[in-house]
Amino acid sequence: MKTCLVVDDSSVVRKIARRILEGLEFAVTEAEDGSKALEICQQQLPDAVLLDWNMPVMDGFEFMGHMRRLPGGDQPKVVFCTTENNVAHIAQALSGGANEYIMKPFDKDIIADKFAEVGLLPVGQAMV
Amino acid sequence: MTPTEYEYLRKFLKDNSGLDLSADKQYLIESRLLPLARKAGLSGINDLVQKLQGGSRELITNVIEAMTTNETFFFRDKVPFDHFRETIMPEVIKARAGRRSVRIWCAAGSTGQEPYSLAMCLKEMGAALTGWRVEIIATDLSQEVLEKAKAGIYSQFEVQRGLPIQMLMKYFKQTGETWQINPELRAMIQHRQLNLLHDFAQLGTFDVIFCRNVLIYFDQDTKINIFNRLARQIEPDGFMVLGAAETVVGLTDTFRPIPEKRGLYKPNDPRTAAAKPALAGAAPRLAVMAGR
Repeated sequence: MKTCLVVDDSSVVRKIARRILEGLEFAVTEAEDGSKALEICQQQLPDAVLLDWNMPVMDGFEFMGHMRRLPGGDQPKVVFCTTENNVAHIAQALSGGANEYIMKPFDKDIIADKFAEVGLLPVGQAMV
Repeated sequence: MTPTEYEYLRKFLKDNSGLDLSADKQYLIESRLLPLARKAGLSGINDLVQKLQGGSRELITNVIEAMTTNETFFFRDKVPFDHFRETIMPEVIKARAGRRSVRIWCAAGSTGQEPYSLAMCLKEMGAALTGWRVEIIATDLSQEVLEKAKAGIYSQFEVQRGLPIQMLMKYFKQTGETWQINPELRAMIQHRQLNLLHDFAQLGTFDVIFCRNVLIYFDQDTKINIFNRLARQIEPDGFMVLGAAETVVGLTDTFRPIPEKRGLYKPNDPRTAAAKPALAGAAPRLAVMAGR
C-alpha cells in the first residue's frame, strides 16, 4: 500500500483528505504543521505528501526544502494543496521541487487526477 | 415524471437530436431538465413537457442542449492523447512532409477542453511542426457550448481536471478566479456549430478525426450512418479516435481498429468495405433524418 502524509493545520481538511486518499487506497498519516511533518519524514519518507502552504511553526514551502535535502528526500511526490492560488506561488512551489499543485477548494476528482498525474494512481482510477 | 411524460421526452429527444435514451434514464432527464425548467419559471417536468408540446422554439433548443452536453475535461482519458502524440502525429508528420499541413476535426468539441488539449500536444511537439499549417476544427451541437469553447475561459475547478500544473502555467493566463487559454492556442481552433445527424461533407477531408463520447447516445442505425459518412471525410491514411466505451466493431467495415491501440481506428479501403453488408441499410435512414 502506498503512503501519503497529509500536512495541514486544519483538522477538517486533514479529515476530508484522509477520507479521499483512503478511498484511493493510500495509507494516510497526518501532521498539523511543517515541523511535525519533517519529524515524520525523518523516521520514514512517504510516497506522497499532500501539503498545505500556510501553517504555524513551519510552513509548507520551508518543510519541502528540508524534506528534499533528507537522504532519499527527492523521491516523495509533493502535491501542494493550498488557497494560495496565484501564478507566483505556483511557480515558486514548482521551482522549489513540488510535483503538482492543487488550488483549494478541492474534491475527490481533483485529488485523483493530480495523484494520477504524478504517477501514484493508474490513469483509469482518476475517471471513477 | 409520469411514464407518458418520460416517453414523450424520449421520443422528442430522439427525433430532434438523435439522442437515444434507454427506458431507465429518468434521473438523467430530471438532473438536466429540472434546473432548466426552474430557470424558465416552470414548476417542473410536467410544465416543461406542456411547453414543448406547445412548440416553444427557444425551450426546444435549450432542452436539446441541456441533454446533449457532456462532462469534459482536459486530456480526458489520457490514452487518446498518448495515441495522438506517439502514433498519430509521427505518422502524419512523415506522410505529409511534402505538403506540410494537417487537418484535425473534433466532432464533439464541447466546451473546448479536447481541441485545446490537442493544440497543447501540438505546441509541445515544437520544431517538428515548424512551418506547418495546422487546422483544428471543433464542432458541437450546442451554440452555448461553442461560445464557451471560443472564449477559452475555465473555472479553477475545470483547470484542475486532467491538466498538469506545468501546462496550466505554460498555456493559461489567470484572470481573477478564472483561467483563460492563451490567444496563440485559441487561434489554432475554428469553432463551428454542427449536428452530426446533418450533412457535414462541407467540412472537407481530415487527417485526424476525434469523435469521442458522442455516438454512445445514438441508436445503432444512426451510429452506422454517421460512421459511414465520417469515412468519406477522412484521408485514406488518416486516423479516427473514439471514446473508451465506443467501437465500430459489429457496426461498419468502413473503419478497422488498430491492434493494441484502444480507441484508435483507420479507414478501410472503400472498395473492399463497400462490398460488405454492414454499409447497406443505413442510407434510407439518412434521407429520413435529413428531410425532417
